[in-house]
Amino acid sequence: MAVKVYGAAYASCARRVLACLIEKGVDFEIIPVDLLSGEQKKPEFLKLQPFGMVPVIQDGDFTLYESRAIIRCYAQKYADQGTDLLGKTLEERATVEQWLEVEGQNFNPHIYTLVLQLLYFPKMGVPQDEKLIRESEEKLGKVLDVYEERLSKSKYLGGDFFSLADLTHLPFTQYLVNDIGKEYLIKHREHVKRWWEDISNRPSWKKVLQL
Amino acid sequence: MVVKLHGPGFAAGPRRVAVCLFEKEVEFELINVDLFSGEHKNPDFLQLQPFGLVPVIQDGDLTLFESRAILRYCSEKYTGQGTELHGKTIEERALVEQWLEVESHNFNAPALSLVFQLMYASKLGIPQNEEEIKSSEEKLNKVLDVYEERLSKSKYLGGDFFSLADLTHLPLIHYLVHDCGKESLVKSRQHVSLWWEDISSRPSWKKVLELK
Repeated sequence: MAVKVYGAAYASCARRVLACLIEKGVDFEIIPVDLLSGEQKKPEFLKLQPFGMVPVIQDGDFTLYESRAIIRCYAQKYADQGTDLLGKTLEERATVEQWLEVEGQNFNPHIYTLVLQLLYFPKMGVPQDEKLIRESEEKLGKVLDVYEERLSKSKYLGGDFFSLADLTHLPFTQYLVNDIGKEYLIKHREHVKRWWEDISNRPSWKKVLQL
Repeated sequence: MVVKLHGPGFAAGPRRVAVCLFEKEVEFELINVDLFSGEHKNPDFLQLQPFGLVPVIQDGDLTLFESRAILRYCSEKYTGQGTELHGKTIEERALVEQWLEVESHNFNAPALSLVFQLMYASKLGIPQNEEEIKSSEEKLNKVLDVYEERLSKSKYLGGDFFSLADLTHLPLIHYLVHDCGKESLVKSRQHVSLWWEDISSRPSWKKVLELK
């Protein structure tokens, strides 16, 4: 039975899940949720995801939300299938978890703000906050300086293998580089650039962008 | 060999790790980091934690940062010892992870903002931002309404067992209830209140509050 992924194929957090499912060779079916009309805030949807957010998955009787919880679940459940996304030892997994948390806690808040301000607010007719944009870019720059140092010593964030720690960065970095004119944040950092070109050229990511 | 936990005993992140180490009965040594003098931004510390944040642990050759990554590592490494904190099946673990992520992405930001405004702003000579306080409290109320519903059906957030998903909430809710005058966030919700009484009465949490 295919895993049902509730969300929109263009939405960042859904893409995080889709990239993982493709890497693990897990069949899925996208069930669109009309975010622009607020379907995610309606009572029917809130039964699935009480915070009114996408994505959510249904796998038989099992319902799960929070994209980073979903990717951990499927990376573990299908450990012996597809790409190994967690590492082989306890220490490897711990390092993957560390950089997954870095993405969630240090990287995501600033990049999310930039994407909201520069990509979504103009479409929604909401005025941009120039000061917030400047501050977010500055903070993101400092985070990427640490990534540059890390990636000068390690092929991927979690170690010498592609893992959830890298995959989790795909959706928002895609917007940063292609849709909001901030590609220099990536391209001006030699090792970050090399890493981005590697991970964004994976067949799984190309498939996600075609969905 | 004893695990080294770097960070001050009063800070949320180190406390989150310390309570996990107590639950798993793992011996550790708390090594203070003087945040007020900026020790966490010194080159020596940045070698350990390049973002200049606490906590960091050293377990033999492994150095690990991000408190929630450390929780997962400890829970995994010490399966079979102390309290089981991540469930027994893949589905149980997935639900624990779901609520750990809910804490991370829905609860943490507004809770941290409130704590910063009400506990630290005046100590740092920064005027309180009333709008920020109001907005954070509103967000936190909405999140806790969902928790109330969840906890009306489930003894703990991840299921019928205490887990990392509950443990991760201890530090900030403690500040909100004891230091920020925001106990009503918890006490006004029957099931959240019962859950808070339960988890904050655990011996592991009491030991954390005694750490210097």
